[in-house]
Amino acid sequence: MNTVTAPAEPKPAVPVKKSGGFTAAASNYIDERTSISTAVKELGRKIFPDHWSFLLGEVALYSFVIILLSGTFLTFFFQASMAEVHYEGSYVPLKGIEMSAAMASTMDISFDVRGGLLMRQVHHWAALLFVASIGLHMLRIFFTGAFRKPRELNWVIGFILFILAMAEGFTGYSLPDDLLSGNGLRIIDGMVKGIPLIGTWTSFLLFGGEFPGTDIVGRLYSLHILLLPAIILVLIALHLLFVVVHKHTQYSGPGRTQQNVVGYPVLPVYAAKAGGFFFIVFGVVMVIASLFSINPIWNYGPYDPSPVSAGTQPDWYIGFADGILRLAPPHLDVVLFDHTFSFGILIPLGLVGLFIMLVLFYPFIEAWITGDKREHHILDRPRNAATRTAIGAAGVTFYAVLWAAASSDLIATHFKLTMEGVIHTLQVMLFAGPVIAYFIAKRTCLALQKKDRSIALHGYESGRIVRLPGGEYIEVHEPVDDFERWKLVSHESYQPLMIRPDSRGRITVAQRVRAGLSRWFFEDRIDPITRAELESSHSNHH
Amino acid sequence: MPRTPSPSAGKSRKQGRRGPLATISLLAVGLLFTGGAYAAFSTSTASAETPAAVSAASVEDGKKLFQANCASCHGLALEGTENAPSLIGVGAAAVDFQVGTGRMPMQAHGPQAPDKPVQFTEDQIQSLAQYVASTAPGPAIPDESLLDGEGDVANGAELFRINCAMCHNVAGAGGALTEGKWAPGLSGVDPAHIYEAMVTGPQNMPVFNDTNLTPEDKRDVISALKFMENSPAPGGNQLGSLGPVAEGLFLWIFGLGSIVAITVWITARSN
Repeated sequence: MNTVTAPAEPKPAVPVKKSGGFTAAASNYIDERTSISTAVKELGRKIFPDHWSFLLGEVALYSFVIILLSGTFLTFFFQASMAEVHYEGSYVPLKGIEMSAAMASTMDISFDVRGGLLMRQVHHWAALLFVASIGLHMLRIFFTGAFRKPRELNWVIGFILFILAMAEGFTGYSLPDDLLSGNGLRIIDGMVKGIPLIGTWTSFLLFGGEFPGTDIVGRLYSLHILLLPAIILVLIALHLLFVVVHKHTQYSGPGRTQQNVVGYPVLPVYAAKAGGFFFIVFGVVMVIASLFSINPIWNYGPYDPSPVSAGTQPDWYIGFADGILRLAPPHLDVVLFDHTFSFGILIPLGLVGLFIMLVLFYPFIEAWITGDKREHHILDRPRNAATRTAIGAAGVTFYAVLWAAASSDLIATHFKLTMEGVIHTLQVMLFAGPVIAYFIAKRTCLALQKKDRSIALHGYESGRIVRLPGGEYIEVHEPVDDFERWKLVSHESYQPLMIRPDSRGRITVAQRVRAGLSRWFFEDRIDPITRAELESSHSNHH
Repeated sequence: MPRTPSPSAGKSRKQGRRGPLATISLLAVGLLFTGGAYAAFSTSTASAETPAAVSAASVEDGKKLFQANCASCHGLALEGTENAPSLIGVGAAAVDFQVGTGRMPMQAHGPQAPDKPVQFTEDQIQSLAQYVASTAPGPAIPDESLLDGEGDVANGAELFRINCAMCHNVAGAGGALTEGKWAPGLSGVDPAHIYEAMVTGPQNMPVFNDTNLTPEDKRDVISALKFMENSPAPGGNQLGSLGPVAEGLFLWIFGLGSIVAITVWITARSN
């Protein structure tokens, strides 16, 4: 149809059958009743930049969907009850053994419900992947500085999601009431009882009396399938809403500014990619779950307070908490006023709490130190924020040492070391490791900045040696192309804050602290290349 | 519906006298004969050896072997030295376990004697065992009827979880002890050696005597271990039966690793 004939033909009132057919009619029907086209137009034109590291949060989202689907299947057959029954299912080594209905129904899911074991394994592997992908996503956010204004609150929401995911994991791990999960609960019980004054009463409240009681599985079940998933869903919705409101960050590159987003629109490209990616993640989880065993409760048997298996560990995401308990030195119990204070528990609890708070509030801490109130939509390359990257490396090392400590016994047996040697080494590394990592990371970042600077100014070494007429040998440096150079020169430079007196002419302690911290943050730096430097280097070469 | 003629009928018409399966069946027959003959030969030699071994096993031979290989540490009269414990009263079971699994003679002093290739022949071990048993009463090598693995698996598994799993791990994968010692994995261990270990308490292991675990209980424990070892893992590859650490490592390296590889592939620009 062309523009000339269109006005000439008046449209008849009777609808003409168009080429769109049913789809067009259906979408029109829906739109006339919901006005959804505005939302689709708005969302469909959202632009998402393309980089592999931007998909990690999506992996977390998709594994959460997988967890919801497989978890729903499991609720059809699981009985959250600690009533004592005799197992009469088909797994011979537990036949006739007394266990809770929770354990017996989990055994039935594993051996007598069609597809049950696969679903259990899908659920558990997807849970491990969920927390792991959140962790990796958070590392990406941290090292690229994506938590800076205006995204500080979204960092907080995301980190709370990480904590909730761990809580989901732990409550789920405790549900089958097998030996391993019972041992895990016993540790939690011990930690709660270690809190002065309220500990014992809190533990009694939690377990409905002395551990293990007959209530805990039912209570954890309510948390696991009702409360925690509901909070997580709401926070995920909020998290995604913020992503839409703030627009996605992007790496620096030619044509990319603080005001635009360069990438693909949601419809059709990004939606298709993301939808396909969901099925790929589902597929990977399925393949793992069908080939590799996870949490074989039939080996562990029902919970019984007396046995503890060698190699008893929590799932990986609780490992850091187990690790810090293992690293606590002995003989820290102090008796004061007829009460025992178990500092072997309180100090680790305090350290973990402090670490969590530091991570949670890091965006605000860094913003205060740098005094940077601008919005940032272009991501930092980690090397260009040397101190932040070094802090991150120190944090990762701290966490990794705790993580390693949770498997101290397996490290000892598999590397033929002594258990005491492993523990003592890790105790030292818990404090020395982050310091070493900090300096190595910072120096590495600065060295990389220097390298970038020299490449931008003088080009890269081409490996081509040329002998000049005078007999001198030189290596030819090839200039980088403009697109590459943009990445090397486009970052910002920060200066340490100056101490300034306030309106009453005083210099407060907070000001001094802030200036000191700012100096620590920005003192060692390689200034980005200025236009003048670039131009002078060009005139030298050409 | 397409017709499905029998394949053999069609083939035999096409290819004259010798069917295509003839070669294969000839080969199979040939292999069967040679294999059978070999098996017959080897069993005949083995059966010829066994009575010889029993007859050769004598206290006198054992004494000579002991003096040549063990006495430097355990003393000429089994009284022990500062390097090794006394062997008076340890019984034939202890010798069969320690020498039969290669733990003795020890290669080097360390936190614990590891199992290694066995250093003596079966009849030499029997001679040593009879010699040590002849000096003082002690636990004997268990009867075959206790080692058949036909006991009550459920009872054995429960006894194992209560008495053994804290060191050997619920799946018998082994575990760490203090000062560089360890509880070994139990997969592939001879039933007689499991029984002897329980009854003699080698190295860091406690003794589970017959009032603690009756011979019938020990038979059940062995049955449970052999059941676990021989039945296929219901959930797929067990990742060494090491529990959540192995699972977490696997997830981070292979699970998340492959997902990250896929994200890189998805966002890669086509050249």
